[in-house]
Amino acid sequence: MNRQSLQGVAITTMTLIVFGLIWEAGVSYFGVKPIVLPPPSAILRELFSELPWYLGHAWFTLIVTLGGFALAVVIGVALAVLIVESKLLEKTIYTVIVGLNSVPKVAIAPLFVIWMGTGAEPKLAIAFLIAVFAIVIDTVLGLKSVPADILDLGRALRGSRSMMLWRIRFPCALPSLFAGMKVAISLALVGAIVGEFVSSQRGLGYVILSAQGTFDTARVFAAVFLLAILGMLLFAAIVRIERWALPWHASQKDYSPSA
Amino acid sequence: MSERAAAGIRIERVVKIFGDVGITALNEVSLDIAPGEFVSILGPSGCGKSTLLRCVAGLDTPSKGQIVVGGVPVSAPPEHLGIVFQRDALLEWRSVIDNLLLPIEFRGGDSRAVRPHAKALLRMVGLEGFEDRYPSQLSGGMRQRVAICRALVDDPMLLLMDEPFGALDALTRDQLNIELQRLWLANRKTVLFVTHSITEAIFLADRVVVFSPRPGSIADVIHVDLPRPRKLAVRTSELFHGYAGRIRTLFEGMGLLKEDE
Ligand SMILES: Nc1ncnc2c1ncn2[C@@H]1O[C@H](COP(=O)(O)OP(=O)(O)O)[C@@H](O)[C@H]1O
Ligand SMILES: [Mg+2]
Repeated sequence: MNRQSLQGVAITTMTLIVFGLIWEAGVSYFGVKPIVLPPPSAILRELFSELPWYLGHAWFTLIVTLGGFALAVVIGVALAVLIVESKLLEKTIYTVIVGLNSVPKVAIAPLFVIWMGTGAEPKLAIAFLIAVFAIVIDTVLGLKSVPADILDLGRALRGSRSMMLWRIRFPCALPSLFAGMKVAISLALVGAIVGEFVSSQRGLGYVILSAQGTFDTARVFAAVFLLAILGMLLFAAIVRIERWALPWHASQKDYSPSA
Repeated sequence: MSERAAAGIRIERVVKIFGDVGITALNEVSLDIAPGEFVSILGPSGCGKSTLLRCVAGLDTPSKGQIVVGGVPVSAPPEHLGIVFQRDALLEWRSVIDNLLLPIEFRGGDSRAVRPHAKALLRMVGLEGFEDRYPSQLSGGMRQRVAICRALVDDPMLLLMDEPFGALDALTRDQLNIELQRLWLANRKTVLFVTHSITEAIFLADRVVVFSPRPGSIADVIHVDLPRPRKLAVRTSELFHGYAGRIRTLFEGMGLLKEDE
């Protein structure tokens, strides 16, 4: 870790601690009931009293998120390549995809339970479905953003279609693909939770939903806290991979934990 | 490296009309270029210089007439073509050396075998030790040097350059003129060099082809009879001034240059 990112971590940690202290003080000063808003100390106590149990559920959510995300990347990139390579597919699939993107995917989540049951599959499918649009749309954008000069150069070199695609278009689209992946990883997490809300016996979404049933607010917050950490870690992982994969890319400093 | 023979170019009554907008960019342009000759195409912007170059490169097709490169009529990009654009068109994700090797990869050559030659080219333009840098780590002049080396690396029969130094500052431009001359003297490729700088056109060329404004056609062809290698100082010689004066008179005749009364 270099000095700058170390500094970033320090500032974030400080901010969180100060925020927690204000919360703690505010709750006790105004006498807020724990069932409405528990103090951070109670949330942490709840979390650490059953840490393995929480981590088990977090693990399930993590696996579903990563699975849905990986599927979204593979299928999303493949779709994007097909769309850019074929005028016909662009006019058909792409139009449909852009249209479907405006459908609130959450609304069709129950369908997946009907189709796939209550195991991990429907959650994975929902995570995939919510994440894939960002990948397709950003990758198409990237594949089409190759400067005209560079395309001319490729043509002048008598490059075959696959040369043009894999040596020119695809690498040129990578920054855009990574931008899409940063959005998609957060969306996949949302999808996983939505899937667990709809029907599940596992995962942080299930923890939240079941705690709601017993008005166990501290437990809800503990799960939300874990979700926030999960989201940040996943986002940071993508940023890491991007730095490693695109050492040439100048605009890599846009790290922001927006997950 | 086996020396590939330079190709001649024959441009026969080429007309280019951009149909959709009805713009005649080239009007009956005919020009013969000998193998190994350095020809500058000089003219005001919008007169069809790039269009002519693109037609020679097979990136555009003439509406009428034909172009023959190395004895073969152009219908697609000719084999063994080197091309340099105004904006260097480097691939940002490839290091300098990998940018140079792109033409080899595209043509299915043995990039490992060409590596030493690529490095030698870089050395000739003062970029030794920059092989592993990314384009974003280079200045504009260095990037354009890389683009030129890339055009030369696969030993082309023909080098097309479209205002390659147009975006550079004056000093860098002079320096690159010298380096381009050095490369050309070492390889003697046929070069078609588009520019709108009178000085640059004369300094580099065996012949300067002066274009009239749109629709582009050839206004005059000037043979430059200056011994090589030329030094920058040649630009202050009387002979040089004579050529430049002739070109300026041509431009005045086209109404492109007007003196105050
Ligand atoms: N693809 C195109 N479609 C329509 N018009 C074009 C196209 N390319 C060039 N032109 C027009 O043809 C003329 C010559 O352009 P160009 O060859 O780029 O000029 P130059 O390189 O001398 O500045 C210009 O008027 C330009 O607007
Ligand atoms: Mg031009």
